[in-house]
Amino acid sequence: MQGNDDIILSATGIEKVFPGAKALNNVNFQLRRGEVHALLGENGAGKSTLVKCITGAYRRDGGKLVLDGADIDPRDTFEAQRLGIGTVYQEVNLLPNLTVAENLFLGRQPRRFGLVDAAEMNRRAKALLSGYALDIDVRAELSSCSVAVQQVVAIARAVDLSGKVLILDEPTASLDAHEVEMLFAIVRRLKSQGLGVIFITHFLEQVYAICDRITVLRNGQLVGTRDAAALPRRELIAMMLGRELGEEIKQAGNAQAAEGAVRYRFRGYGRKGHIEPFDLEVRKGEVVGIAGLLGSGRTETAEILFGAQKADSGTAEVDGKSVEISSPRTAIRHRFGFCPEDRKTDGIIGDLSVRENIVLALQARRGWARPIPRAEQDRLADRYITALDIRTSDREKPIRLLSGGNQQKAILARWLATNPEFLILDEPTRGIDVGAHAEIIRLIESLCEQGMSLIVISSELDELVAYSRRVIVLRDRAHVSELVGEEVTTSHIVEAIAVADKHEAGQ
Amino acid sequence: MNPRYVPLAATVAIFLAAYALCFLQYPNMLSTRVIGNLLTDNAFLGIAAVGMTFVILSGGIDLSIGSVIAFTGVFIAVVLENTGLHPLVVFMLALGIATLFGGVMGAIIHHLEMPPFIVTLAGMFLARGMAFVLSIDSVPIKHPFYAVMKGFYYRLPGGGRITLIGGLMLLVFVLGILIAHRTRFGANVYALGGGVQTARLMGVPVARTTIEIYALSGFLAGLSGIVFSLYTSAGYSLSAVGVELDAIAAVVIGGTLLTGGSGFVGGTLIGILIMGLIQTYITFDGSLSSWWTKILIGLLLFGFILLQKGFLYLSKNKRRFA
Repeated sequence: MQGNDDIILSATGIEKVFPGAKALNNVNFQLRRGEVHALLGENGAGKSTLVKCITGAYRRDGGKLVLDGADIDPRDTFEAQRLGIGTVYQEVNLLPNLTVAENLFLGRQPRRFGLVDAAEMNRRAKALLSGYALDIDVRAELSSCSVAVQQVVAIARAVDLSGKVLILDEPTASLDAHEVEMLFAIVRRLKSQGLGVIFITHFLEQVYAICDRITVLRNGQLVGTRDAAALPRRELIAMMLGRELGEEIKQAGNAQAAEGAVRYRFRGYGRKGHIEPFDLEVRKGEVVGIAGLLGSGRTETAEILFGAQKADSGTAEVDGKSVEISSPRTAIRHRFGFCPEDRKTDGIIGDLSVRENIVLALQARRGWARPIPRAEQDRLADRYITALDIRTSDREKPIRLLSGGNQQKAILARWLATNPEFLILDEPTRGIDVGAHAEIIRLIESLCEQGMSLIVISSELDELVAYSRRVIVLRDRAHVSELVGEEVTTSHIVEAIAVADKHEAGQ
Repeated sequence: MNPRYVPLAATVAIFLAAYALCFLQYPNMLSTRVIGNLLTDNAFLGIAAVGMTFVILSGGIDLSIGSVIAFTGVFIAVVLENTGLHPLVVFMLALGIATLFGGVMGAIIHHLEMPPFIVTLAGMFLARGMAFVLSIDSVPIKHPFYAVMKGFYYRLPGGGRITLIGGLMLLVFVLGILIAHRTRFGANVYALGGGVQTARLMGVPVARTTIEIYALSGFLAGLSGIVFSLYTSAGYSLSAVGVELDAIAAVVIGGTLLTGGSGFVGGTLIGILIMGLIQTYITFDGSLSSWWTKILIGLLLFGFILLQKGFLYLSKNKRRFA
C-alpha cells in the first residue's frame, strides 16, 4: 500500500469553469488499484463535473490527470475508454432493441469471411457474462432483461472495453436490495482483479458496505479523502453538509414554536415507492423546514403535498375540513403554491417574458376563458418586480436571460400572485449567488410574518435553521425525526440524520 | 416466441391466409406464371423497398425514392438517345448519381441536424425537377441491348418465368438480409434506430452510418429506376409518383417498426408480395375497381399500426412487471 505504484488514477489540481461559476476548484483525487472509492457530495457539489473531466466528457480547464503513470488528456469518452476508463451510468446506456450479445460486442463483432459470426459472438458473450455469474439467453433483446441485468451487462461491456478504472455513477438508484447485493458481489470481484472503482451514490449505507475510501466534494471544492472505516457516519454527513462538528451555531431568532391554529393537517400521507406515510401539521404563519440528504424523500414529500404525485394513503385537512388533493389544480384551488427544485425544467418557461411567467399560475387558476387583462398583468408584474427586487431591464424580457436568483424570485412571484396561503419551496436558494440567498431568506421570513404557512426544503442547514420553527428530518424516504424550537440547530439536524442512520444500521 | 418476431409472424400469417383464400377462389393463383409475374411486376418497388427498410430501421424516412426512380429512368433514356454509350456504362453513371444524391442527403441530415422528412422531401422535389429538366416527354428506349436483357429469364415448370428483373429483386433481398443481419453496418443501422445518442456513446460511427444508409437507399432507388426502365422500356419524368409511399407501406406491412430499431428486410419482401397479391386478385376478379388495392392496403396499414401499438404496449407492461 505504499508508493505511487498503488495509484492507478491521480487527478491533481483539477479546475473547471462554467460561465459564471467555478464548478471545480483545485480538486485532488487519487484512486488506488483494487479499491472502491466513493465520491460523495450534495447536488451541485461537483462530483459529476469531476467524473466528466476524468472521462473526457468535459475538457478540464486546469490540473493534471495521470493514469497508470502516464499523463492523459482524453478528448472524449471514447479516448478515455481506449485508455482504460469505463463508465456506467444510472440510466443504462445500452440499446434496448439489440440483443444482449449485440450490445456487448457492438462495433467489435467477431467476423468470419467478412460477415458477423453470430454464433461466435453469442458464445463469447455467454463466456463473458458467466464471469459475472450471469446465465441468461444472450440472444434475447436487452429490453426483456431486468434493469439489474442490464446494469451488469453495461458493466461487463465497460470493463471489457477499458479494464483499468470503472466509474459507477449512481448504478443502484433503480435497483432493489437483492439486486444491489448482486451488483456489489460483482464490484468486489472486479476490485480483487485490481480494477480501481469510483462509486457515486447517495445511499450512505451502500458506501459503507462496499467502499474502502471516501472523497467528499462540496461547492466544487475538495472537503477531504478518508478511509471509510475511520470515518463515522456523523462526521461524513457533516463533511457533506458543510458543518464542522462541535461548532456551535447561533440560535435563530424564531426559536419558539408557533402557537397559531393548525391549518393544514396530513395524516398517514404517503405514496408507495415515493415516500413512506407521514403525519404533518402546519400552523398559520409557521415555517416548517425539511432536511435530509439527497434522495431521502424531500422532493417526494413536496410533490405529494402539492398533488403532483397522488397520495395513495392518508388524509389531508385544511382548516379542519377534509380535502382531497389529487392534482396540482385542486391544490391551487385550496391556495397551495409550489416552487419546484429544478427551475430550468419544472419551473420557468424560458422563452416567455418575466411578466408572462409571473401571471402564469394566476391565469391557470382563473381558467383560459377569463384572461387577465393586460393592464392587470402589467400591474402585477411591476408590483412583484419591485417588491422582490427582480433585476430585469424590463418585464417583457425572456426569463431565460435572467440570472438564477432572479428567475427564482420570478417563480416565487408567480405563486405570490395567486395569494397562496400554503407555499412549498423546494431548494429555493439552490444555484443562486450568495447575495440573493439573503434576499430569499428575508422574503421567506416576511411572508411568514404576513401569516402564510410555508414548507421549505433545503440542504443549506444554516438557512433552514434561520427561518424554520420546526424541522422535519427525512431519511430513506421516510420522516424520521422532528426538531422543535430550541432543538433547531445545524448540529442537531446533522445528528438527527446520523442517528437515524444508526437506527437503521442497528436493525 | 421472441417478441421481436411477432410482427413478422403476423405478416407471414396474413400472406399465407390471403394466398389460401385467393387459391380457393381461383386455383390458378398458385401457378408459376402468376408467381413469376408477381415478382416481375413488383421488382422495382421491391428493390426500392429494401433501401427504405434500412432507412426506416435507422429511425429515418426517405421520400425521394419515387423521384429518383423517375430521374434515373429519364436520365438513361435521354443519354441512350443522345450518345453512343453502352447501356451498362449508362447504368453505372445513373447508379453513381443516385448513390451520391442519397449520400449528400444523409450528410445534410447528419451534419445540419435536419429531420430526414424535410431533407428527403427537398430531395424528392429536386430529383423530380431534374427529371423534367432532362425531358418533359416520355422518352422511349429502343437500344437493342434492352431487348437482349428482356430475353433473359429462367423458365419455371408450369410455364412461369423468373425474369431478369424479378430475379434481381430476389438477389437484392438476399443481399439486403445479409447486410442487415450479418454485417457491422447492419448492426449499426439497428443501433441508430434504438437511439442515436446511446449509439453514439457506444461508439457507433453515427455520421458515417447515416450517410451510408441514405447512400444505400439512393443506390437502390437508382437500381430500381434501371429496373423500371427495363420494365417500361421508356423514361418518363411523371412516372413512379408516390412509389416512396408504396415502399413505406410495404416496409410497415412487412413488420418493421416505423419508429426504427426493429424489423426485418425479409419481412419487407412479404409486404411487397401481399401488396402484389391484392393487385393480382383484383386483376383476376376483373369486376373490381383497381382502387380496391389502395383501400385494402390502407386497411392493412391501419391494422399493422394497431398491431405495433399493441405490441409496444404489451412489451412495456411486461418490462414494468419484470
